[in-house]
Amino acid sequence: MIRFDNVSKTYPKQNRPALDNVSLEIEKGEFVFLVGSSGSGKSTFLRLCLREERPSTGAVHVLGKDLGKLSNWKVPHMRRQLGTVFQDFRLLPNKTVGQNVAFALEVIGKPKSAINKVVPEVLDLVGLGGKEDRMPGELSGGEQQRVAIARAFVNRPMLLIADEPTGNLDPQNSVGIMKLLDRINRTGTTVLMATHDQAIVDQMRKRVIELDKGLLVRDQARGVYGYQS
Amino acid sequence: MRAQFVLSEIGVGLRRNLTMTIAVVVSVALSLALAGASLLVRDQVNSMKDYWYDKVEVSIYFCAKADHNSPQCASGAATNDQIQQVKSELDKLTPLVQSATFETPNEAYQHFKESNPDNPLLAAVGPDAMPASWRVKLNDPTKYDVIQSQFAGKPGVKSVEDQRKILENLFGLLRGLQTAAFVIMTLMLCVALLLIVNTVRVSAFSRRRETGIMRLVGASNFYVQMPFIAEAAFAALLGAGLASLLLLGGHFFVQGWLAKKVLFIHFIGLSSVLAVIPLMVVVGMAMAGIAAFFTLRKYLKV
Repeated sequence: MIRFDNVSKTYPKQNRPALDNVSLEIEKGEFVFLVGSSGSGKSTFLRLCLREERPSTGAVHVLGKDLGKLSNWKVPHMRRQLGTVFQDFRLLPNKTVGQNVAFALEVIGKPKSAINKVVPEVLDLVGLGGKEDRMPGELSGGEQQRVAIARAFVNRPMLLIADEPTGNLDPQNSVGIMKLLDRINRTGTTVLMATHDQAIVDQMRKRVIELDKGLLVRDQARGVYGYQS
Repeated sequence: MRAQFVLSEIGVGLRRNLTMTIAVVVSVALSLALAGASLLVRDQVNSMKDYWYDKVEVSIYFCAKADHNSPQCASGAATNDQIQQVKSELDKLTPLVQSATFETPNEAYQHFKESNPDNPLLAAVGPDAMPASWRVKLNDPTKYDVIQSQFAGKPGVKSVEDQRKILENLFGLLRGLQTAAFVIMTLMLCVALLLIVNTVRVSAFSRRRETGIMRLVGASNFYVQMPFIAEAAFAALLGAGLASLLLLGGHFFVQGWLAKKVLFIHFIGLSSVLAVIPLMVVVGMAMAGIAAFFTLRKYLKV
């Protein structure tokens, strides 16, 4: 699903690489936490997976494609096959919940009839059935993140990438979001989630990948947030 | 891709940026109107050339009795022999000379009287003061030099005059107007282009949230950029429409007012104006679309 082969990424005008010779593989259907302090290279890792950046050296394979060799015009098509969720939700404030999810389908040219069918389905799935016509501003943070997850999942992607999805939420909402992501994972979708939330990582007991100053320092099958002493 | 979705995006974008949109529309309208006007002036000059060059003649004036002061006519009025000599030489220039008609001093006096009935000189001069002349019509009016060099200085010939020279002044004026319109158009075009670039930039910035999400969910570059390009092209279309109205207004002003005052000029018709309009629309929209496209390459990262 995701494979990094000796990947390094150095941004212009910076001496230390943001990622330093990272190699790893994430299989289909896995649930993986990406942890590490700020500046450890988590965001760079995710940006490489989304092909927002290209690696300086090494190769990144996502969904079977070498992203370094993927031409620019094929990038949108590749992004349709994965879903993304962010800490700041990234919803359109002037569109309703339903329109926000539908927007993701409209811009990739899905027919109206298909949109009208799948949007209520996916909103039911994330637990927002009946809230289609609400505006994002009227919803709680947890509900807004559910809308974002609905939008990411509406295309039934093989891979869901989440960048600190619980970063703006209280513990109770965070647990709800994690249950939702776990349910999505059980449908067969690979989930890669960068997080700072120690409680969640410790509780879920999933694979943990830890980065520190760009180096891969830990890859544990059923890990916790910090080192086990 | 759904047209309704794209259209609603264009409407939102233009309204959100109304002042800039108006600036773009007006500057595009002015530059296109000037471009159209300069094309029409060129048409006008060409049509006037066709019309007038057909009518202009080269006149070979002979010495009259009153001309004994000028050096060419020191030997007095031209004799019939001299006049016939010129005629026979003109006949030899057949491919160049279309026809030649003779104007006697009496006829010249009558023509002068008809065209200047109030001139005080009429009382003072008689037919004797008017020169006899050959009115030569050329197949190619630009070959005036040949006549000039052959007949100027011949015995009895006072002067060779080309009516075209009088017209050249008028054409020169029109060409000057055309050049001025072209220069102003170029400057206005630069202003319009910079305004389009800035409008698209502001528009892209104010909608970076939408475009960011579009990129996130895998909208194609074309889909992300299209609303901006369509927006610019639509503003240019409005500008072209305004420019067309300006040109049509100018046309009806010329036809309804100027044409009645200035009878000797044959003004170009509505069909010429209508022919320029589609050109303005296409050029305006293409210009705006291309400017928007290159702006987006810089300001809308994909």
